[in-house]
Amino acid sequence: MTQETSADRREITKQVKIPNSLGLHARPAMQLVDLANRFEASLQIAKGNQLVDAKSIMQVMTLAATQGTKLTLSATGPDATQALAAMAELIAEGFGEE
Amino acid sequence: MKLSEILSHDAIISQLCSDTRDGAIQELLEVLLAADQLSSQGYRQILQALLEREANGSTGFGKGVAVPHCQHRAVKKTALAIGRSTKGLDFNALDKAPVYSVLLLLSPANDHDRHLQAMELVFGNLQRPGFRNALRQASSPKAVLELIAGTEGSEAN
Repeated sequence: MTQETSADRREITKQVKIPNSLGLHARPAMQLVDLANRFEASLQIAKGNQLVDAKSIMQVMTLAATQGTKLTLSATGPDATQALAAMAELIAEGFGEE
Repeated sequence: MKLSEILSHDAIISQLCSDTRDGAIQELLEVLLAADQLSSQGYRQILQALLEREANGSTGFGKGVAVPHCQHRAVKKTALAIGRSTKGLDFNALDKAPVYSVLLLLSPANDHDRHLQAMELVFGNLQRPGFRNALRQASSPKAVLELIAGTEGSEAN
């Protein structure tokens, strides 16, 4: 049994910007969702007022995040910090695209 | 952009003849060709691009829906075709479940932002269980268009 500490419940956030010219289209969206699902933390992505579950491909596809779009990643849970770092890195690398 | 602007009556197949993924994609592309949404010279290339895309990663995003898509210079403007399979198709979907609704989306090559907007529109509807169920049950093009008009409210024509 794991004990929940106050740190597990604290939400942390990170700002990112979509760098690649094609934006967050299906392939990168799937990469991001795949990555998110490797973590236990609850992960969300916000674009303006729109908030989606980072573990749901259907929801992530509704972001229509074009090149230059600013997103806020947020995470709650035991591996929240690692999850945000990994997601931010994948996005910063432009999902391996130009 | 609205779904009703990118989907025409001619581009809805209420009962796909094919029972394979590739066959279904080809059927949907053929109706878009017949509706003059792409040049006949581009047809082969687009078909190949769509099938390659599936081979590299399924567009069966789960929950019985697939959204094969492609941006190509032979596409005149953003266009959607919808096909229904009552038997279900093997798309090697993310959740490994059969696909009952295939939404084929084509966009011109140059406008990535508009392509993403179209995807947003499609998935905004598909993520709702009520829409997915109604689409799976819509047994005529008219029923699909009515469903979409309903989601677009009183603005829809």
